[in-house]
Amino acid sequence: MSTDELIWDVKKDRVLRELKKGKRLDGRKKMESRKVEITPGFLGRAEGSAMVKLGNTRVVAGAKLGIGTPYPDSPEDGVLITSIELSPVASPMFETGPPRGKTVEAARVIDRGIRESNMVKTEELCIEPGEKIWTVFVDIFPMDHDGNIIDASAIAAVAALKNAKIPKYEDEKIIRDEFQGKLPTRDTPVAKTFAKIGDEIVLDPEIYEEKSKDARLTVYINDKDNVCASQKGGSGAFKREEVNKLIKEAVKKAPETRKQIEEL
Amino acid sequence: MAKKTKKLMKKGKRLDGRKPDEMRPIKIKAGYVKRADGSAYIEWGGNKVVASVHGPRTCYPRHERSPYKARIQFKYKLAPFSVDDRANPAPSRRDKEISKVSSEALEKAVFTEYYPKTTIDIYATVIEAAAGTRVAALSAASVALADAGIPMRDLVPACATGKIEDTVVLDLNKDEDQEGQADLPVAYLPHNDEITLMQMDGDLTPEEYEEALDLAVDGCMKVYEEQKRALRERYEHIEQEKEEE
Repeated sequence: MSTDELIWDVKKDRVLRELKKGKRLDGRKKMESRKVEITPGFLGRAEGSAMVKLGNTRVVAGAKLGIGTPYPDSPEDGVLITSIELSPVASPMFETGPPRGKTVEAARVIDRGIRESNMVKTEELCIEPGEKIWTVFVDIFPMDHDGNIIDASAIAAVAALKNAKIPKYEDEKIIRDEFQGKLPTRDTPVAKTFAKIGDEIVLDPEIYEEKSKDARLTVYINDKDNVCASQKGGSGAFKREEVNKLIKEAVKKAPETRKQIEEL
Repeated sequence: MAKKTKKLMKKGKRLDGRKPDEMRPIKIKAGYVKRADGSAYIEWGGNKVVASVHGPRTCYPRHERSPYKARIQFKYKLAPFSVDDRANPAPSRRDKEISKVSSEALEKAVFTEYYPKTTIDIYATVIEAAAGTRVAALSAASVALADAGIPMRDLVPACATGKIEDTVVLDLNKDEDQEGQADLPVAYLPHNDEITLMQMDGDLTPEEYEEALDLAVDGCMKVYEEQKRALRERYEHIEQEKEEE
């Protein structure tokens, strides 16, 4: 065990002690999220992009379009691929090397939320049925990890897709600086992540809360106020009543974030 | 998940003849691999999964060793021949995600604090897949752990529910998984009445979610009975073997 981990253990005692008094270290209420700031179109070379600050957590996402071949079971649909890189740039906790469990999980949770909400109209991304389609890559890069990378990344990915443009495609070539229109989208899925520490549950955990957590629950809400994806993480457990309560909380909290993204 | 409205139910029954809350046949055998410390084999619907436990044994690499507890490492894998289009033998993103959340789902059940500095490795390979492979693999895993004689708080049964034609149903089959509206795999600790694995994709209202979660727990309790039966059967065999000697 490194000294780092000892510090986290000491912090956990404090996080839990304060939570039992109904307080969080940064003064928020248990079901209060940190402030969200979104800068759309942050990057020049990506077809769509956004920079998101969730408190001190900072994430940038870029959408790139390329030509691909469709999957055999959906010959007329475009393809969406979501990836995330948890680089040591953002935190000493992250390591270089091939993606491991935590990284893969984050990417797949965000991917499912976007995919299951049917946000991107993939059916309008066909160039030649069975042969050629647009592949949309959303790459997420956290630049500062102060807790809850998932919710920040989810906002960044959706915001990047919302302002993405499709380049012109002529004579089997992509013309990168000319565009044929916007990437067609409909829903605005929103992720809400909760951390359970002891018997206490908080929305949008900051870094000390996240490191102290026993279990995590991410709930993805679509435009119909339904759940389109969810995922429990961490070695702890949730009671059924807790799950049901948190889903209602996520439904309650999602519209504000959705409005913020849609008003960009 | 496709949102196509392919016919999946007829007169309140599913196309394979099951009622909405009916599970596919399930059979678990504890102690399947002689050379493993513990093992189990499960057949569930069209799924076949073999799971082996090695450990507690010294944990490598060193930095993953904990002075306080054993590491629980569950590795899920689809055999290349288990699915229609051959699966790449290298671990996919899906395999890695399932392995991570399943390791976490098992951790709470094991008295990891009894075995500091060690690792308990569970390898589960799906040799035939027909929807619900992760819950089948996980259900076999805790039987294999118990078969290895590792002290546990409880077994960890797992079961999936989903939604087809706006109806919440138990234990999706392959067509329902592909054409249905939602999928909710759950792992459950019966003794604590707690959820240790939960993933979901598709589209569920909060009310449907609650219904699906309750139904999944009912399914887990059926799996739990089969897990206990398999372990009891295992020990009957051991008694018989002794008598024969």
